[in-house]
Amino acid sequence: MRPSWDFGLGPGRLEALWNESAEVRGESPGQLAWKHVKASRAMRACLLLLALVGLTSLFAPLLPLPSPMALALETEPRPPRLFGSGQAWSAADYWELNPLDEKLLALRAKLFGEWQTPAWMGTDAKGRDMLARIVWGSRTSILVALAATLCSLLVGVSYGATAGYFGGRVDNWMMRVVDVLYSIPFIFLVIFLISVLNEYRSELSRLGVGPMTVFYVVIGLVYWLTMARVVRGQVLALRESEFIQAARAQGASFARILGVHLIPNTLSVVIVYLTLTVPSVMLFEAFLSFLGLGVAPPKVSWGLLAAESIEAINPIHTFWWLVVWPAAAMGSTLLALNVLGDGLRDALDPRHGKSNR
Amino acid sequence: MRRFLLRRTLWFALTLWAVITVSFFLMRSVRGGPFSSERSLHPAVEANLEARYHLDWPLWKQYLHYLGPLNLDEQGATWLGGSGEDLWGGVLTGELGPSFKYRDFTVNEIIAQSLPISLALGSVALLWAVLVGGSTGILSSLRPGGRLDLGLRLFATAGVALPNFVIAGALILLFGFQLELLPVAGWGSFSHLVLPGIALGAPFAAYISRLTRTGMLEALAQDHVRTARAKGLPEHLVLSRHTLRGALLPVVSYLGPAAAGILTGSLVIERIFAIPGTGSHFVNSALNRDYTLSMGVTILYTTLVYGLNFLVDLTYTLLDPRIRLEEA
Repeated sequence: MRPSWDFGLGPGRLEALWNESAEVRGESPGQLAWKHVKASRAMRACLLLLALVGLTSLFAPLLPLPSPMALALETEPRPPRLFGSGQAWSAADYWELNPLDEKLLALRAKLFGEWQTPAWMGTDAKGRDMLARIVWGSRTSILVALAATLCSLLVGVSYGATAGYFGGRVDNWMMRVVDVLYSIPFIFLVIFLISVLNEYRSELSRLGVGPMTVFYVVIGLVYWLTMARVVRGQVLALRESEFIQAARAQGASFARILGVHLIPNTLSVVIVYLTLTVPSVMLFEAFLSFLGLGVAPPKVSWGLLAAESIEAINPIHTFWWLVVWPAAAMGSTLLALNVLGDGLRDALDPRHGKSNR
Repeated sequence: MRRFLLRRTLWFALTLWAVITVSFFLMRSVRGGPFSSERSLHPAVEANLEARYHLDWPLWKQYLHYLGPLNLDEQGATWLGGSGEDLWGGVLTGELGPSFKYRDFTVNEIIAQSLPISLALGSVALLWAVLVGGSTGILSSLRPGGRLDLGLRLFATAGVALPNFVIAGALILLFGFQLELLPVAGWGSFSHLVLPGIALGAPFAAYISRLTRTGMLEALAQDHVRTARAKGLPEHLVLSRHTLRGALLPVVSYLGPAAAGILTGSLVIERIFAIPGTGSHFVNSALNRDYTLSMGVTILYTTLVYGLNFLVDLTYTLLDPRIRLEEA
């Protein structure tokens, strides 16, 4: 709404100011992030790689890869080969697929027929194609990472925002709890918890809670601490600002102020810490699967592949393709996520540089 | 200062109590008990086992017996109906109970055997991480943007991103099998420590390198450094006296989490290199349903990490007198 009085600025001056202010556009955190990604070559490359990994894992059943599950018992792993025809495949080589994957598989049968790639990355000791296992394994790893990150996001943001909103004594206590939790070696508790929950597999699955769900929730509940701290700091800074006071004066409820006014304003920082949580959760999944406490065969994940690769190392004859490819896949993805997260943090997090949390 | 110590101790007691209680009830809620397996035992044998581990007691009594400090079994205090030979027991007196799987050992004995090994490995890893991470961080801060800096930063990012078991695999292939310089598994001599120590410390070295670099760059931009240079101090004095101390603050505060991470990471590393430390016992106990052992290790490591964090906070005030502990 343009004022009718010109504030004594003289003719035309208010007009100019008005037009100038109309041209100023705020940038949403998403836009800001995108701008920074576009500006840096390394970050673009990382984003491209991640998009590639994401798409191949999403559409894995569509690709003409051999089955990652069907066993062909052989005496030893076969080295990679570029040419040659893979054997024909059939839908019987796949099991435990969800409906969407079955549709994709049917589509693949139409697109590629019976053709499938030769073992470009070799096969493992049970005759399964390494490339297929890496691609299908990425599905588990990515799913775990995203679901667990989502859990940590929910807990961390609501906890941090509540603490920041109330401030004072509530904040003090809530953050003291976070400090205490920070100094517990959680991984031990998580392993302990998972080993106990494993005893209840059948009961839990009757309740509709699969072992994987337990896994995400448990990991998610561990990784919310940093998120809570960061969000709390932001909310604490924001809560005295005019627009929050205005909302409060108009009688907005606690939930509305938090959900509509405060949390969206913390998003830029949340995005940054999300990109940093995803790789650490992936690493943790790999860690647990490696110890035999995470993903169990016939499901495959990158952690499981890494565990198999370590077993494959021996002094007599090491099948290098069992070691190199899973490590390269996991390493490059994690590297890309880290580079992206660090870049975004430098760009978006106003507090970074002072405190290195 | 005294208030800080008191408050910290109180929180520590509360945390430890929560950890013990939660894990105790989780452990006891497991159906079937620790001795149920495919092969069913003779009822008399089972009853004997349960009696030995006091599983036939009511839950509250088991809990109090486990927590301590009073020993509630037949050797306990006379006013509790015992013989009075052994008054104290339980976690509060440092006794973690018998192991369910290694039936001739108590958890304390297993830990006493394995903890020195894990601590030796952990200290080598931490030392390596601090020395290499610190020096590369300083090197790359001297010419930011230079070729050395870029190379070191790439290494550091890779080190943070790669899981330690991938690094371990690469090290084994390279130094163990290709060059045949170092033993790839086992325990006994110092050479057995090298590869696992490097693999365990690598991610932390990388992170410390990044922290040091940022800290150095920040410290070098301070006014007093310019003054020091202006009055003609040689560069090495400027670095060692005027910047390093400030630059190392973030590193010191990272040492607590780093030590915790190294203890955790040793779970995997000990397994890969077949090192008989506490970490591998812990993983085995989790897989074998040896709940007393895994609980004991959890309690031990919680104490260790909490203690380390506490020490780090104290060191912090020595390095930077501006930080007051009351606020921490």
